[in-house]
Amino acid sequence: MVDFSPGLLRAQVVSRVSSVSRPGDLSRPGDRVVDRLRRLCHLAVRTLPASGAGLSVVAKDGQFSLLAAADPVSERLEELQFVLGEGPCVDAAADRHPVLVPDLAAEGSRRWPAYAEAVLAAGVHAVFAFPLQVGAAQLGVLDLFRTRAGSLTGAELTRAVSLADDAVLVLLDGQERRAIDGDGAPADEPLGATTELFQAQGMVMIQLGGTLAEAMARIRAYAYAQDRRLTDVARAIVARELRFDRDE
Amino acid sequence: MTTVSAERLSQIFVEVADTLVADFDLLDFLHMLTVRTADLVGASAVGLLLADQRGHLRFMAASDERARLLEVFQAQVSEGPCFDAYRSAEPVVNADLNQAGTRWPEFTRQALAAGFQSVHAFPMRVRREVIGALNVFGSAVGGNFDAADVQIVQALTDVATIGLLQERAVRRGEILTEQLQGALNSRIVIEQAKGAIAQAHTVSTDAAFVLLRGHARRSNRKLTEVAHALLADPALIATLAQEGRPAPNPT
Repeated sequence: MVDFSPGLLRAQVVSRVSSVSRPGDLSRPGDRVVDRLRRLCHLAVRTLPASGAGLSVVAKDGQFSLLAAADPVSERLEELQFVLGEGPCVDAAADRHPVLVPDLAAEGSRRWPAYAEAVLAAGVHAVFAFPLQVGAAQLGVLDLFRTRAGSLTGAELTRAVSLADDAVLVLLDGQERRAIDGDGAPADEPLGATTELFQAQGMVMIQLGGTLAEAMARIRAYAYAQDRRLTDVARAIVARELRFDRDE
Repeated sequence: MTTVSAERLSQIFVEVADTLVADFDLLDFLHMLTVRTADLVGASAVGLLLADQRGHLRFMAASDERARLLEVFQAQVSEGPCFDAYRSAEPVVNADLNQAGTRWPEFTRQALAAGFQSVHAFPMRVRREVIGALNVFGSAVGGNFDAADVQIVQALTDVATIGLLQERAVRRGEILTEQLQGALNSRIVIEQAKGAIAQAHTVSTDAAFVLLRGHARRSNRKLTEVAHALLADPALIATLAQEGRPAPNPT
């Protein structure tokens, strides 16, 4: 059995990221997580029919914090949900599935009266909120805004979900790990989404005595450092050939 | 193929109708449906796969969720009867695994290793879309479905689809995406909980699932809800084994 317990800092990034309140407050040099997420928001606006995008994280106490936005208007729309305590973003995190509102004028006033009014006044007619989650680990939400009402197509939804998945990886991996490839998004995760990987996440969570997100970050960091596939690492964990210990 | 008992079939539909009310547990429902289908048609195992946003089939529920069988279900990401049924929107019926080596090389290898001899797959259809597939495995070649059997199992598959959508007519495409993403995420929560329980009690993930399910049943709560609760407060996991432990000297 292999015990893996060097002093990795990556698991710390998640708690650090979730305690940040505003991108502008960051003065830490080299904190590229927020930069990458901001770029992801810009990418969303460039590659999807969205006029704005915002990304927030959920802290341990359940409070939202804005982390990145494509532009100042998106930033305001994103924050509005926390200020008012309602909106597609809030529901997406609470219900743990995307909340897609192609026509805010038609259904917004019923579901989110205060938020819909404010957002419509700002000229936005569609909002699409995607929770950043892996099972029970809830990291935040990615919101897309659009001045024009209308649904996203299947392909556009696929792209949006893909961006949300990328955001999850950025949050988990922190600023150190992966290089950003050509289109500004983190390199694509191979299809490692097996039941064994999720089981391994639960196991390592107990081993570390921490959160699921920390367990996920730790598993990923190990796979990267050892140049092993996630599915292989997951299998080893489930077979109890590999375990992780809390750093001293 | 044994004639499906009309009485048993109607019992299933009554049970389904009873559970298709607001606030039912989706994963429990899908599990129940796979168990009933397996029982009804005399299958070795029945599993249900859902397509994620990228169109890859992901495991959702099965009549037998032992780890070695999960692998066979999961082997159909891009090859296999479920993959074919999903892509073509047509059932795949009476496939003899001993002859299927060229058709689905990797899947056949795993399915035979798991002891299966025959396989069927039924598409989960919503209007013009297919959102997943139901897998039926037999341990004997010659357990053939006739046309009536195919209709019945397709009907049960359609029921699974309806349960997933939680309403009989999809008002707009957004609901479908929201529900599917939510369902896929719920499955992940179950697997994470299995791992946590397995680690905390030093048992296999299969045994962990038994503990999880038993606890949900005893406390009359949804499986997903219990899984979430345990992951949010791992200290609760310790109480599971005490409930599940059999009496040392059964009378």
